[in-house]
Amino acid sequence: MHKVFKGISRREFLKYCASIAAMLGLSEMYVPQIAQALEDAVGKTPVVWINGQSCTGCTISTINSREPTAADIILDTISIRFMETIMASAGDLAIKILDDTIKEEKGKYILVVEGGVPTAEKGRFCNVGEKDGKPISFEDWVKKASKNAHAVVAIGTCSSFGGIPSANPETKVKPVSEVLEGTPVVNISGCPPHPDWFVGALVKLLLFGKDKLVKDLDDHGRPLEFYGSTIHDNCPRRHWFEAGQFLKDWNDPDQAHLCLLLKGCKGPQTFADCPERHWNDGNNWCIGANAPCHGCVQPEFYKGFAPLYEKMPDISIPGIAGFEVSADKIGAILGIATLAGIGVHFVGQVATGRLGKGGPEEGGEQ
Amino acid sequence: MAEKVVIDPVTRIEGHLKIEVEIEDGKVKDAWSTASMARGFEILLKGKDPRDAQVVCERICGVCPAAHGMAASQNLDEAFGAEVPANARIIRNLIVGANFIQSHILHFYHLQALDYLDVTAVAKYQGNDPALVTVKDKIVKLVQANDTFPLTPRYDPDEFSVNDPDIVALAVAHYLQALEMRKKAHAMLSIFGGRMPSYVSSVPGGVTVHPTIDMIAAFKSYLKEFVDIENDDRGFIKDVYYTDVLTLATGPLLPLGTLGVGKAHGNFMSFGMFDLEKSGDYKNRFLPSGIIKDGELSEVRDLNPDKLAEDVKYSWYTEDCGGRHPSDGRTEFELDKKSAYSFSKAPRYDGKPVEVGPLARMLVKKDKTLLDLAAKHNIEPTGALARTAARAIECLLVAKAMHEWLDELTQNLKAGVVDICDDKEVPSSGKGMGLVEAPRGSLGHFVEIEGKKTKNYQAVPATIWNASPRDAKGIRGPIEESLIDTPVPDPKNPNNIVRIVRSFDP
Repeated sequence: MHKVFKGISRREFLKYCASIAAMLGLSEMYVPQIAQALEDAVGKTPVVWINGQSCTGCTISTINSREPTAADIILDTISIRFMETIMASAGDLAIKILDDTIKEEKGKYILVVEGGVPTAEKGRFCNVGEKDGKPISFEDWVKKASKNAHAVVAIGTCSSFGGIPSANPETKVKPVSEVLEGTPVVNISGCPPHPDWFVGALVKLLLFGKDKLVKDLDDHGRPLEFYGSTIHDNCPRRHWFEAGQFLKDWNDPDQAHLCLLLKGCKGPQTFADCPERHWNDGNNWCIGANAPCHGCVQPEFYKGFAPLYEKMPDISIPGIAGFEVSADKIGAILGIATLAGIGVHFVGQVATGRLGKGGPEEGGEQ
Repeated sequence: MAEKVVIDPVTRIEGHLKIEVEIEDGKVKDAWSTASMARGFEILLKGKDPRDAQVVCERICGVCPAAHGMAASQNLDEAFGAEVPANARIIRNLIVGANFIQSHILHFYHLQALDYLDVTAVAKYQGNDPALVTVKDKIVKLVQANDTFPLTPRYDPDEFSVNDPDIVALAVAHYLQALEMRKKAHAMLSIFGGRMPSYVSSVPGGVTVHPTIDMIAAFKSYLKEFVDIENDDRGFIKDVYYTDVLTLATGPLLPLGTLGVGKAHGNFMSFGMFDLEKSGDYKNRFLPSGIIKDGELSEVRDLNPDKLAEDVKYSWYTEDCGGRHPSDGRTEFELDKKSAYSFSKAPRYDGKPVEVGPLARMLVKKDKTLLDLAAKHNIEPTGALARTAARAIECLLVAKAMHEWLDELTQNLKAGVVDICDDKEVPSSGKGMGLVEAPRGSLGHFVEIEGKKTKNYQAVPATIWNASPRDAKGIRGPIEESLIDTPVPDPKNPNNIVRIVRSFDP
């Protein structure tokens, strides 16, 4: 990697290191360490990116990366051996590169998997390439390519948890972690994931090594830097929730700033840093557009969260035990619940009951 | 003696496609197009809340979620009996318009260009344009490090691989610039869409966003980088994208255009796009709807949605799924079907395969820029090169029109028009049809609601039209047909095959 960075000024280089630190949520103290790691790196790490039951949305989101840019990543940071959406080669020539990388870069390459893995009918619902005139299933590629990989990253909710395609029972779509029992998989969920989540994990892997990356994962295998707290906890509309003020009619401009719970918001159950990070060069995010969070980073998405535009039947707020209730507003009850720690079930029942009876102030369910 | 060549996977597309051709005497004699992946959206939406289709269907395609969102919205608008307010119609147009720009730029530079550029020629660049010298240094460094992935390996360059160092250096610089510009198109979209890919602000009956003058100004400032209508339409689309397309099409690639490589049946269809007055009215759109048959470019017929039907004789679905209008469509897999070779059904209009996409839209519109360009340079107006040119021409047209839509929105706000959503309950029953145009062609969504749930949902995306297998009569799909007679002098390096397939932006 040092060869690549030779061309740019020290000042630019340190700026680049600082932007990487910022993306990972690290203080400026880490800049010299990042600079050292980049300078010490020899050659570029090979990456193999394979697509299964995907829509390519994860690829497209990844190339929306702001800093480092897509060009920085593709040409300067990693060596992309196989990635269908951008690679020059096609057909047997492309499959040969995939095979060669698996053999020749054993233990060195990062495997990125986009899309769910259909396992019904011996993988027939997704084939990629062929050998001796017979199609090769995506399932076989995932198994084969993971064996020699240095690290396996599942990008997107489909490869992390099954996602939308797993709602079809006929294709038996599994997440990568289930197909590869025993192999550690880093999940970068999201439908699609924010580019920083993937690029941040990648940079962390390159800079600090696999052990460090795998150490800081949540229960669903996701980097805690990005998936550490709920949308709800950091939502700028949180005070409207606590005040029991909910958006019910999209057409009414006076409601446009209110809490989206009644429009199906899954923010209380969804762990991601969207409220602080925002999307598309920091321009906006789902709740910023008055739309509910659909919980697209969660294992429940899509089937477990359907119907998406209906209020959640109960709101489970993890890590809470014991309760004390005296407030009469539903929002306030839930607000205190989070702070003081109320039993999850109880909160759910109260929330449903209160809102079912008509809720405070806003006068009834939609 | 015919030789079989299989290209699997066809890369630089969205999705999974396999192309098989039979070559005789250096030319393609026959061709088969295979969609090799199926998720079954129609199956997984059954029994769900109909509103979910908006969110779920955007994930059919990560390159064009905006178009799927629009198709789902208009489909559900109709089924819900909602009257979409003017501001919602305009905001939806702006969202989809922004993604047309994103998708067309992505297609030309990042999906298609490597078919025509011999990137290694950059190393021979002798000029002193600082930007191009930087690009040259970048590529030279990769070569020196013996690591030119993912630009190599590739098929060996042929007579249509451009190797003029000045042209290639500029094109590679633009490839990198285009990465940033397509990202900006998404950033522009997110102002009204919330985020992208998979925007969130469209719902049955309208949108969730109340537009403000600030948002319009921010959108306009992005749009000006693509096209500035107050400054002779300067901007990335005209000065870079369209100029590059013209340089290639009228220069080194002209022989491909003159030969008419990549012609399909000469049937074209457009559902029309960007509603001008009433939302969902395919008869009154900025890009008009219409049908062209048998290459008669001067005669554009009215679209009649009753004439849509899908065949499945060569598709992995039960026979019961065949011969139906998509509003009454079925999705039942049959993987052991002897005749079948694709997960794509074979949609037909009035019993005929039709090509869809920017070329179809520009021909249906009788676009003067495209027809004049073709006539002046003797480029076959229905071939692969015309497809690429039509995409760039359309990109500029749509971007310019978006300025007008922003002005219309501003005037509405000034006049106190604030409605954005006819926010309706899920109906107990209803039927809908959403016919729109995605960047890559005609896209239809169809829904039937019963007991407040989705009873049947069918989506017929653009690439299903173009990449369709043969129909019940044995007639090839448009991509299959477009490959017939294509010169393939070296079957190990079938450059022309992938060029033609990618010209459809599958």
